[in-house]
Amino acid sequence: MDSIIIYGLVYSMTLALTAIGLSLTFGISGVANFAIGGLYVLAGYLPWLFISNFGIPYPVAVVMSLLISAIIGALIYQLILQRVRGYLLAEVIGTFAIGIAILETIRASGLVGFGAKIPPFIQGTTMLLGVPIDFQRIFIVLTALILIGGLWLFTRRTKVGLAFRGIAQNERTALAFGIESDRIAMLSLVAGSVLIAIAAITILPLGLIHVDNGYEVLIIAIAVGIVGGLESLPGIILASFILGFSQTLAAMFIGTHWIMVVFLAAIVIVLALRPSGLLGRFKEIEERV
Amino acid sequence: MTTAYRKERIDRGIKARSDDIFALSSYREALYLLVPRVLPVGLLLIVPAILLGIGETYWVKIIIMCCVFGALALSWDFMHSAGLLSLGQALFFGIGAYIAGALNASFNLPPYLTIPIATIAGGFLSTLLMSSVLRLRGIYFGIISFALSLMLARVIEATHLLGGTEGISGLATFPNIWVEVYLVVIAVLFCLFFFRRLINSDYGLVFRGMMENDRAVMSGGINIYWFKIQALFIGSTVCAFMGAFMVHYIGTVGISVFAMDYSILPVACVILGGPGTFAGPLIGAFLLVPVSELMRAFSTWRIVFYCVVLAFFVIAVPEGIFHFIQRRYHQLERKVEVEARQ
Amino acid sequence: MNDNIILKVTDLTKKFGNVVAVDHVSFELRQGELLGLIGPNGSGKTTLVNLITGYQKPDGGKVTYRGKDITGAAPYTIANLGIARTFQIVKPFYHLPAYKNLIVPLYSPRVKKLRGGKYGERDAKAIDLLEEVGFERDSVVPFKAAGALPHGYLKRMELARCMALEPDIIIFDELFSGMSMSEVASTLPIIEKLVEEGETMIVIEHRLKELFRIANRVIVLNFGRKIADGLPREVIQTEVVKKAYLGSEA
Repeated sequence: MDSIIIYGLVYSMTLALTAIGLSLTFGISGVANFAIGGLYVLAGYLPWLFISNFGIPYPVAVVMSLLISAIIGALIYQLILQRVRGYLLAEVIGTFAIGIAILETIRASGLVGFGAKIPPFIQGTTMLLGVPIDFQRIFIVLTALILIGGLWLFTRRTKVGLAFRGIAQNERTALAFGIESDRIAMLSLVAGSVLIAIAAITILPLGLIHVDNGYEVLIIAIAVGIVGGLESLPGIILASFILGFSQTLAAMFIGTHWIMVVFLAAIVIVLALRPSGLLGRFKEIEERV
Repeated sequence: MTTAYRKERIDRGIKARSDDIFALSSYREALYLLVPRVLPVGLLLIVPAILLGIGETYWVKIIIMCCVFGALALSWDFMHSAGLLSLGQALFFGIGAYIAGALNASFNLPPYLTIPIATIAGGFLSTLLMSSVLRLRGIYFGIISFALSLMLARVIEATHLLGGTEGISGLATFPNIWVEVYLVVIAVLFCLFFFRRLINSDYGLVFRGMMENDRAVMSGGINIYWFKIQALFIGSTVCAFMGAFMVHYIGTVGISVFAMDYSILPVACVILGGPGTFAGPLIGAFLLVPVSELMRAFSTWRIVFYCVVLAFFVIAVPEGIFHFIQRRYHQLERKVEVEARQ
Repeated sequence: MNDNIILKVTDLTKKFGNVVAVDHVSFELRQGELLGLIGPNGSGKTTLVNLITGYQKPDGGKVTYRGKDITGAAPYTIANLGIARTFQIVKPFYHLPAYKNLIVPLYSPRVKKLRGGKYGERDAKAIDLLEEVGFERDSVVPFKAAGALPHGYLKRMELARCMALEPDIIIFDELFSGMSMSEVASTLPIIEKLVEEGETMIVIEHRLKELFRIANRVIVLNFGRKIADGLPREVIQTEVVKKAYLGSEA
């Protein structure tokens, strides 16, 4: 029983950590960024590259990776999104294509082979409520909680955070208030990229880096967003718990390969019963008349 | 006073002369209108016969793949003209494929039965699966269609149903390559004409309205959700047909039918060719598919290539090359003197 | 004008968080009546219309049309029953020609049931409708893309869109807003003709002079509540209404 709680908690927080990058840019700011799959793997892969090929110390490699993710996020905005802001089709397809291009480039260049792995921050395990657990996993939970809490405060109390929400709701009004929507949107994209990079660096040490992780990240972020409501941070947490615990229970009693079935079922059920997500509000076709 | 020039774009003489009934006035006008319409269709019908006649099967196989992706691109364009932005044509394609494969493997039904059944059943199943997304704003359709296409593949892998990772092999194939190539050629041409006719009719106008403005269509008394379901059904049925065809073309079905190629390459073809034109996506398919075949040696770089093409065109040339070609065909540009002011 | 009540609104309420946009509003609409709906900006007129026509779901109250309960029904269902409305901010199909904008309502189940209609016939009917609202028939105007038309034309196209549905009740949401004096002058006769034909209408307007020329009865809203209901001349003299529009002396 205890192990279900502990593993469920850890897994849920892992899901949440993966999803907040998308939630910030798309859910809260209304800027589509579907390159998160590519950004995730890239952010995980770069430290490995730096450490093994250039012998750069681990903390420095991590910081460099975060910086590069931020820069790539900004580039994606400048080169792609800025030209097509407002055309949802172009935004989605453009960022989506770039994300896949990044992923497949990494795969095709054969750089990430076997043995690409970044070390955990803290080695070793400990016992929590009688259940063995890595320090790294505890670190994931803490990071997730801190980030989500920080995001909550940020989007509700700080000027920039409120601006993030403003440009999603009504760009013209935001502009009239002196909010430079272009700059804010770019910041939002950069922030989202950094969040996903943090997620990558925290989660990937648990295993090897595979290019397919990128696609899983996309599916997870989408599933959590759909179930909980992309723009709602409490919704993300709730959805993460629901999906996380269902998965843990399924893994214990049925088999470990059923993640996808669980996610699939969750998405279909939520869409049928409450399309905006459990705690979300604005996704339905409701033109403001 | 220097003479300044400006660029002027006007209709060609022959375009004005071939307007309306005057097209019948002479051979030149009639040909001006007929050639761009008849020539490609004619080529598509005749070239395979010629190639097969001289025993050149490699290029015929490429034509077949062009037609398959062409139909997928056409269905994407149709769904897009109704306001449904799909990133998961592979989902519908794969569903059709697996139904055909399962029918053939379990009940030994021959291809001329499995393909029609898989087409209709695939359409129904796809529509059922995606119908609850139709209440959400357009972009979620794309996201979820993509997610579902990836997920279904993993589900099949995990549950080992329908052959699991290895798939089902040893399925029935077509009697000969003539049947294969002409089946898809006729199917794709049928789709082209059908979709064009449909989207220009009043029924199609409702779809085009939905793409632009849901509210205005609703206020006209139209149940937009029912119409979206119809658009989804029509689009996914075409994909399911091609999926079923593919299964009997290669004789096996595996999770590769949900491969991203089938989702992304059609979109690239449409964006390259020009969304909304139907002929454009088909041209796009005939351009991109041979290129991707030639790139087969480079394996995954293929997908990088599609994606870069896609991203580039979606940003830089969003109306696609078909509009460009059309413009050059109908209009000419020339420099005209600007009358200098005193 | 007979005493046939065709629309009955009872206690309709809508809240947005703590703001009560529509506060227990009730009224009746008789066949052939032209009911004016006035009130200061923000008094809930458009929200009330949205609640009646299905674009927003009420938090309380009931709407009955010819005895049938249509509270919270979908907008297209209500349109098919015969209640058409215009929108304050006109959003036509910008890329389609003006007459094609009318094909969608002509394609609705309601019109199909009333008139039938094959492909090709609707085009002619659409052009006829546009002529009725003042588009010059034998010119290029009906064929211009809606995005290229000036605002006054778009508003009249909005009216034509409603008439295409062959409705029982038409609700105008500030039809005259943004129109110049000459456009208003050319549109008023169309509405007067509709009145003569016995059409039932609800008109939201700020231009009280024009409204009082054609209205049989007027309802006044303020902060979501109905504060007056009666003949135009009488209503505009009551203290409550004067205070609402003009403010009170401190």
